[in-house]
Amino acid sequence: MRIAIASGKGGTGKTTIASSLAYVAAKQGKSVAYLDCDVEEPNGHIFLKPTIEHIVDISKRIPLIDESLCVHCGRCAEICQFGAIACMPQRTLVFSESCHSCGGCELVCKVGAVKETKRRIGELRIGRSGDIEFVDGTLDIGEAMSPPAIRAVRETQLEADLQFLDAPPGTSCPAVETVRGCDLTVLVTEPTPFGLNDLKLAVEMIRVLDVPFGVVINRSDLGDDGVVRYCELQGIPVWAEIKDDRRIAEAYSRGDLIVDVVPEFAQVMERLLCKITKQKQ
Amino acid sequence: MQDHKTEAINALPLLKDRPVRELVVVSGKGGTGKTSLVASLAATSTETVLADCDVDAADLHLVMHPSTYQTESFSGGNRAVIQSERCTGCGKCEELCRFDAISWSGPGNGRAAITLEVDPIACEGCGVCMHFCEAKAIDFKPAVNGRWFLSETRCGPMVHAELGIAEENSGKLVSLIRKEATELAKRKGYDKVLIDGSPGVGCPVIASITGADLALIVTEPTLSGMHDVERVFALTHHFQTPTVLCVNKWDLNPAITQEIEAVAERQGVRSIGRIRYDRAVTDAQIQKMSIVEHQEFGVAKDVRDICEKVWEML
Repeated sequence: MRIAIASGKGGTGKTTIASSLAYVAAKQGKSVAYLDCDVEEPNGHIFLKPTIEHIVDISKRIPLIDESLCVHCGRCAEICQFGAIACMPQRTLVFSESCHSCGGCELVCKVGAVKETKRRIGELRIGRSGDIEFVDGTLDIGEAMSPPAIRAVRETQLEADLQFLDAPPGTSCPAVETVRGCDLTVLVTEPTPFGLNDLKLAVEMIRVLDVPFGVVINRSDLGDDGVVRYCELQGIPVWAEIKDDRRIAEAYSRGDLIVDVVPEFAQVMERLLCKITKQKQ
Repeated sequence: MQDHKTEAINALPLLKDRPVRELVVVSGKGGTGKTSLVASLAATSTETVLADCDVDAADLHLVMHPSTYQTESFSGGNRAVIQSERCTGCGKCEELCRFDAISWSGPGNGRAAITLEVDPIACEGCGVCMHFCEAKAIDFKPAVNGRWFLSETRCGPMVHAELGIAEENSGKLVSLIRKEATELAKRKGYDKVLIDGSPGVGCPVIASITGADLALIVTEPTLSGMHDVERVFALTHHFQTPTVLCVNKWDLNPAITQEIEAVAERQGVRSIGRIRYDRAVTDAQIQKMSIVEHQEFGVAKDVRDICEKVWEML
């Protein structure tokens, strides 16, 4: 079972909840994996402190032009929808940051001057945190496109029955890439106008992707009742509410696993896990 | 007299062409207070165009309540659509698509018992399927990926957008918003654009910081905040954007605040202030106000000092 932990708004507590759920589930003897799909800013390792066993380059395919064969006909530049190839009378240039690896340029080249090669865009790390299988991806600085790196994290072969995917914030390609095809999504929000607005966007995204979901309200006693009313009106289940607690904020700031420090929080996570695993049936 | 007049006339085109300076607020980690700070920056500035470049989860309008006078649609690229009546069911498109966007799920027709279909969410708009379709059964037309708006607010004009649900091309939309904001500033004779950026270090963030005159990073004193802000330092360094830093909710962990400021200094990034933790910031948001409009002292003073410093630097 694959469970994505997502949110429209950043900083609502995705990583806290994803890492805590993984930890609580592993403690109960379940076979668990944690996959950090927030490849632009992966933070799960700070809390789970994994022992890394393998580090692999994440790469994407980009065209390599063999100038000795190229006749500068311009077909490759013409098919490229992403402005990644410029064909000039004497030279054909590739802007690899813009390349989406669609392979069109190689297919249209009549003289075999375009061959695909690999370009590193980030790093995949695989390891363990106690009984939890751990995977994270980190996009190299200056690389624009995170979906291929997220795909690499998602496609890592894991044995665990219960896999928690920590999603990046937002509602566009990186979040979609993480949530798509999951069995369930936990949407984390906070009861503020910003939290509500971004929750609505996230709900619309998830409905398009057709993944069952429920909401967790973090810092639930702050702000106003807009989120609760919205969920009621939309018939969206609220699976957990976590009260604002300075002990949680401080433990988080130090990179401690909050379930170890705040027992009430551990109970909320256990109940949440119970609800999630029940959804499966 | 004559000389003064000539001087004034000569100065006119210069004034019209005075360069527009762009300030961008980013954070790496989400939820550190970018939009709240942007609202305060807007409230403490004049002759500034606001640009909400967090197109993925735009929130600035909730505090600025803009009145929109112009709405445009945004297309970041084309999208493939298979016309099932023309499809011969050869499967070439499915074989060539690198994005698993094509499947055998279309209705049958006279020629094929089953046809192919494009998943609009998975389609990246590369056009390879259309190019190699022998039956010419694939349309490839501009997709509407979102909308953008020109609006007026109490703190000046604002350019903002709404990316369609589960859409891509957010980087292109960010570039468009920035361009429109700069042009609007020029038309109005304003000299500043204030950009609310998005979290992360990927495509929309790169699109919002490249070529900006100053980046203000707002972070929080947590190990996550520190880890993420170091990646943003590397990014602004990579794109050679001058950068300053402020730490929000600094008193949550004074030791990590100090550590972050020390890291910043080693990277040549100046720290220009600290903002204390105060629930009044959330109260202000609920009342659709920036904190500097909401109150005068305490946390509002911290924020106001930072705003003044930043505007002076720009």
